[in-house]
Parts: sequence; C-alpha cells; structure tokens
Amino acid sequence: MGEIHEKYLRMDKMPHIWCAGCGNGIIMGAFITAIDRLGYDKDEVAAVSGIGCSGRITGYMDFNTIHTTHGRALAFATGIKLAKPRLKVFVFMGDGDAVAIGGNHLIHACRRNLDMTAVIFNNHIYGMTGGQFSPTTFKNKNATTAPYGTTDPDFDIAQLCIGAGATYVARGTSYHARLLTDLIVKGAEHPGFSVIEVITHCPVNFGRRNNFESPAQMLLWQKEHGVAARKAKTMPLEDMEGKFTIGELYRSTEIPEYLEEYGRVIQAANEEKKS
Amino acid sequence: MGKKRFNVTVDRTICKACGICVAFCPMSVFTTDHDDKAVVSVPERCTGCRQCELLCPDFCITVVQVEEAADG
Repeated sequence: MGEIHEKYLRMDKMPHIWCAGCGNGIIMGAFITAIDRLGYDKDEVAAVSGIGCSGRITGYMDFNTIHTTHGRALAFATGIKLAKPRLKVFVFMGDGDAVAIGGNHLIHACRRNLDMTAVIFNNHIYGMTGGQFSPTTFKNKNATTAPYGTTDPDFDIAQLCIGAGATYVARGTSYHARLLTDLIVKGAEHPGFSVIEVITHCPVNFGRRNNFESPAQMLLWQKEHGVAARKAKTMPLEDMEGKFTIGELYRSTEIPEYLEEYGRVIQAANEEKKS
Repeated sequence: MGKKRFNVTVDRTICKACGICVAFCPMSVFTTDHDDKAVVSVPERCTGCRQCELLCPDFCITVVQVEEAADG
C-alpha cells in the first residue's frame, strides 16, 4: 500500500472483505486519488453509503462516514448537506441500491439539483445477497433468480439521471481507473447534483454464471465495450450495438443549485419575521 | 540518459490471487506462485505505466522509480 492509502484509508480495517478481483477496490482507489487531487481536507468530506457490497466503502475510508439503510443513502446525504452545507458530500450506491430500492430517491435527488456527488457502482447484479438479477442486469444474462436468463430490459442509469434532471452525468468503468478519477474530480467540482455511473464487475455472482473465467476477463470486456463519448458521436449506430459510452455525458449550469434556492426561502422567512 | 528503472513490490499477505496484474501488465513483469498469488519475476522489464497499481483491487502493488546513481 502506498502513502495515499495510508492517508485516506482506515488501515485497521484493511484488507477489505471484497472478493478476489472485485472492482469495488479499484473504484475506492480511484476515489481517494480524486480526493487527494481535489485537495479536500479529510474532515470536510462526508461519505454516505447504502446497503450492498458497495456500501462497505464508507467503513474503509477515513472521512466523515455513514453507512445508511437500503436505497436511502441519498436521503441521508440530502439531510447532511442541508444541515452542513460546507461539507463535500459523496454518496456511494450499488445498482440495486440506487435504481431499484432507492430508485425514487435517485430521480428526486436529480430533480432537486442539490450539490452532491453520487457514485453508482453498477456491477449488473445483487452481489452481496447471492446473485439475484437487478434492474441493470442485461437481458438474457443468467442470475440465481433467472437461471434461464433474464427477460427484463435493463436500465441505462446515466440516461435515467439525465432525464431526471441531474446537471452533471458521467460514466466510467473500473478498468479505466484514471478516467474514473478525472470524472470524480469534475463531478465534485460541479456545483449541482453529479452522478458518476461506474461500470464495474462482480466476478463471483455475475461472472461465474455468465461465462467469464476470471476478473481480468471481465475488465477486458469493459475495455472492449466502453467507447469514449466523443468517439461514439462519430460512430455508426450499428457499431455501438451492445457497447456503452464512457466519459462526461452531460453537463448543465443553467439549472439553479438547490442550496441557493433554499437560501432565498430562508431569507424571505427571516424578512417576514422582522417586519 | 539511461533507461528509467522501477522497483515493483507485491504485498503477499494481502494479495487475493485475482490475477488482474498478471493479465494486464503489458511487459509481463508478473508470474504466479503455488497459491496463484502475484510474484514480481522480471522487474527490470517494468516501464512504470502503473497499470498494476491502478487495477489492483487490494492495493498490494507499489511501483517506485529507482533513483539512478550519479555515475549512471
């Protein structure tokens, strides 16, 4: 472990319990690198997580951390940000946590545009509970609850968030770790609700059931299927079949940030009290 | 100016033998031992791309550039 790990991780909790080859560790590494680059003090960062393998990340990182209930990480984070606006709030959720159990919280957090950064670990499966299919499991892929393949089409988390009104949306992968760090830095600097969807891999509960022989093979899949957003614009549609775009997908500065709007309400209420 | 050299180390106590570094090192610096854990076999081939450091999910690999001696 390097200097950066010793600075930002709770070393007494290491090694982490994630499975051999799990992408969560790579994402955690990319995240602490981003925090180091942003130069935030550890005490001004609040990390909030939900339930699932991804939820354990807050136990391992030495910031102000809270491991909350399933799907409700964004609700807790909203409370933290409103109570202490000086904190830089980061929310960690899995795909099931963010778009199934917490789907409603996600779309409304996007709509409000409160200045937080959500990092969604999309490994296309419910890993911790034993490999049930999630809303992002690709059609016809196997899961414990879909031994003959899933019948449901999958959610595109990034597009869902753009549609719901998030003002910064990006997609990275655990393979493109340097890009992921850049995206987290940009998301954190963006004044408004930022979503970074991270395509990651679950070698145990997704990989083994879907003909991936090793974690490395799953990373290779990400390398081959992730297309830079800028390049994708010039590619014919049929070449994008089965692939996904990575990089910054959407950014808007036109929608007002929620704390500014809320500040106006506080001001109006105070003026009324005085008069 | 000589070739840059790097010191690559693997912390065997926390390596979970996932094989990612072995698969992605472009210079094939790593091999595996009897437990399938990573071993730095040919460190002199390392070009310092740090792909292993970035992709190791357990943070067991460190790559440090070796300071060159004054006489080269």
